[in-house]
Order: sequence, then C-alpha cells, then structure tokens
Amino acid sequence: MADAVCTFCGNVCDDVEFDVNTQKGKRLCALGLAKFREKERIKSPMINGKEVSYEEAVEETAEILVNAKKPLLYGWSSTVNEAIRYGIILTEKVGGVYDQCSSVCHAPGTLAIIEEGIPGGSLGTAKNRADVIVFWGCNPLEAHPRHPARYSAMAKGFLIKSRKDRKIVVVDVRKTKSAAMADKFIQIKPGYDYAIISALRALVKGEDIEAREVGGVPKEVLAELADMMKSANYGVIFYGLGITQSRGRDRNVENAVKLIQLLNRHTRWVIWPMRGHYNVVGAGEIPAWEVGFQYAIDFSRGYPRFSPAEFSAVEMLLRKDCDAMLVMSSDPAAHFPWKAVEHMKNIPVIQIDPFPNMTTLLSNVVIPSAVAGIEAEGNVYRMDGIVLRVKKLVDSEYWSDEKIVHEILKAVERRL
Amino acid sequence: MIEVEVITGRTIDQGKTVEEKFSEEYFNAVNYCEINEQDFKKLGLRDGDRVRVKTDFGEVVVYAKIGDVPEGVIFIPMGPYANRITSDDTDGTGMPRFKGIIGEIEKTDEPVKSVKQLLGVE
Repeated sequence: MADAVCTFCGNVCDDVEFDVNTQKGKRLCALGLAKFREKERIKSPMINGKEVSYEEAVEETAEILVNAKKPLLYGWSSTVNEAIRYGIILTEKVGGVYDQCSSVCHAPGTLAIIEEGIPGGSLGTAKNRADVIVFWGCNPLEAHPRHPARYSAMAKGFLIKSRKDRKIVVVDVRKTKSAAMADKFIQIKPGYDYAIISALRALVKGEDIEAREVGGVPKEVLAELADMMKSANYGVIFYGLGITQSRGRDRNVENAVKLIQLLNRHTRWVIWPMRGHYNVVGAGEIPAWEVGFQYAIDFSRGYPRFSPAEFSAVEMLLRKDCDAMLVMSSDPAAHFPWKAVEHMKNIPVIQIDPFPNMTTLLSNVVIPSAVAGIEAEGNVYRMDGIVLRVKKLVDSEYWSDEKIVHEILKAVERRL
Repeated sequence: MIEVEVITGRTIDQGKTVEEKFSEEYFNAVNYCEINEQDFKKLGLRDGDRVRVKTDFGEVVVYAKIGDVPEGVIFIPMGPYANRITSDDTDGTGMPRFKGIIGEIEKTDEPVKSVKQLLGVE
C-alpha cells in the first residue's frame, strides 16, 4: 500500500493509499477508487487508426499544428502544471488558441472575479472556522464525495468540534443526495438564482421585499436564511455549476460575490467555487502567470488576447474558426453541445489521453499518456489554489503528458 | 407530449465510469432522464420505457426513470446524450446553457443509440 494523492476531482485528497498489485485502496471515495483502478487503455500511438511510434505521432502532430492557420489547443484540466506550461508555449509558437475545460464549467466565475474580485478562503479555513456553510447549485456528495467529511459539512476543526457546531444549507433546483445532509434545504426554480441572491441582498441590508416569494421560495424562508447568514461567525458559500451553467451565468456569481461583500459588513463570509477536475485550477493559473489570462486566449496576432465570446472552444467550433484541434486529457466529443462537436469531424484532431473516449473516435492522431498521480508525477492546484505534488506509484511504458507536449514543442520549433 | 425544462449535471455513476466511455456501465450511467412521478404517469410510462427529448438544439432518445425532480423539470446526466439537446448559445460568455433548456418529451418506441451511433461513427 503506497501513499498517494488522488487525481480525480478538485479535492485532490492527499491522505489516500493505493496498492497497484491488489488494486485496493484506503480512504478513497467511489470516484477515487475508480480513478486508480486498472481499466482499458489506448494501447499505442496511432495515426488514422494505424499504430505508430511515439516519435512518428509527435512529428505528425507538429506537422498538423504548424500547417494550421488557427489551431485550437483545448483541455488541460486533467494534467500537471509542467505539461500545461509547455502547452501555453506551444500554443504561442503555433499562433493558436488556448482554452481549457473551465470554459464549459466554472469560467463564468472567472468573469465575475474580473468584475468584482473574490472574497475567498482555503478549504482549511472552512474546516476550522465555518459555522454556516451554504452549498449553492452543487452536489458534493456526488461530485466531490469527500469534501463534506474532509473540509466542510462533517469536518471537525479548530473552532468546530462537531457537526452540531455548524449549520448546513443546500440550495438547489432538485433534491440532490447532498440535500440529505442539510439542516435547511431550499428548493428553487431553475434559472432564478440571480433573483434570489438579489432578494437576499435586500434582506441582509435590512430592506423589505415586495414579492411574497422569489424563484419559488417564500419570503419568510429567505428572511430566515438572511438572518442565519448575518449571525454566522464565519460563513462560506460553496457554489457549483447550478449557478454557472444556468440563466445568468457569470452575473449569478457576480451577484453572489456582492452578497458576500454585504455580509462582510456584519461578519466574516467567503465564497468559493467547487472546481471539478483535479487540476482545472492549474489550467487557469499557469496561463495566468505565463501570459496574463486564464482561458480563451488567442495568440494568432503574436501576442495574447482574451475574449470568451470569440476564443472559447465552443464558440471557436461553432463558428468553424479553428482548422485543427489538439485535445489534452479531455473529451469534448462527449461534453460539448452537438453543433460544436460536428466541426471536430471536419478538422484534423490530435488527442493526448490515457483512456479511449468519444474524442478518440474523431481523432486523426492519438497519443496515449501515463496517468498523472499513478504513472507520472507533477504539481497540481487543489480547488482552493493550494499546490500539491501528485506521485508516481508505478513505472509505465507510456510517456507522461509533460514529455509528450515537450517533444511536440521541440518538433514544432524545428519546423519554424 | 409535455413541455419540460431540461437540466443536466454530474452523478456519482457518471463520475465513476467517465474514464471508461465504451463500457456498459458508462452507457447506463448517462443514457436516461429522471422525470417527476406525476409527469411519468401523464406520459403513460413504465419502467424501462423510452422517451424522445426535443429542444431547439436537437433531440435524443433516452430511458425514462422516476426521479426526485419537480413537475415540469427533467434531469439528464452530463454526457453525450444530454449534449444532443443542450443549448449551444453562450450569450458571449463561452459557456453553453447546460441547465434550464426548454423542451418537450414524449414516449417513443425508438431504441436508445449507443455512444458510437450517437457520434455517427458506427
């Protein structure tokens, strides 16, 4: 049994153990166990379905990227910082567009942060201090299963000695599994997050609201929630895709940040997104410190430009604005709206991934990689921005993402 | 046929199988929609029945299940079935509307396609 750091979700649990021989683990959740377990792999690098060497696949990839007018290099949230860094340099060299999984996940939160900033805190402060935690539009028991036990609902810490010392509120459009752990479950109508947050802002300010209910929630329930928030010693809103993927998107997050700003006139509150993939934070932080932006970055003019309306992956594909695509450890063919996927069928696609998925079926070049956290090491950002080093537990014949992208970069540089 | 608001999202089974896209388990984790019990009855559905979900952005056939969702709302796990009908309009944010898409559902005898058939590669 070896100490391991889990590379599934944004929790990046660093207290787990796994034995690659017996395939058994300790303290892993169902998602973590599935991550570490052996499964079907892409056997060999391939060009148009024919097995080739790594070197041939790398050369073909470089050829496609250099010949493309505007290649899209997308994914990056399920790999290590070292590979992402080479990815940014590669995108700049080929005059392409860098985008990452956030653009279909938490990127609206990034837009809100650009407008309003984010009053945030680490998972450690939530665990040690938070006596009121609101899960808004997120379902940690299914998406981040150990979050409640390690950092939030059930976690014990410096000032919170037992579950009774904190109140848990779940706000959602459906009664999720996470609703069962709440002291207060507030079911709202889909698409009414913005209106409800606005009502809470009025109530926290001490103003009355004229409506008897907002978004399916009676005024009295909202007033109770506002009181509970004001009387907290340390409160946290953890929000999920229920806020960023529904009507209002970035404006919902912006409004929630404004609510937190108001609450901070009374007591201490923070707000933080429940980031999905284990290094989706790194996929934004690395380009931020390399070129100044987190996602949707175009290098076609020789300098970086940020514009989600133009350079996010979905917009690029819908407008047929990219003539090649490199996909790093992601599956847009399964997770993008269908019209965006259709353009992937018309352009050369390069995939780097340990596992076969729907994008593999559309890819001209497929490069299998070592699984970070099991077969390769590197640094990743936990959902709250804490950097952790994921470990290599076992040797593998597969190249690491870092090596693959570095070799592609070198092959591109030879052609420029 | 009834009008519905479609929401999509993660489930634990979708997460467990997301790196095994061609497995039976993944297929079963993403190929259904959860419907409110009253709506399920209104549509004359039984366990194992299939429904066609249609929005302005496409249509897809999935299995129908009773779920803990409000009347007029259906839930489809994130994945290739959900994304046949999600909105590709990003309102300039880059983010498609994956939750809160207006559509309609009806009972159908058509089969549920495999993930490869959905992609048009089989």
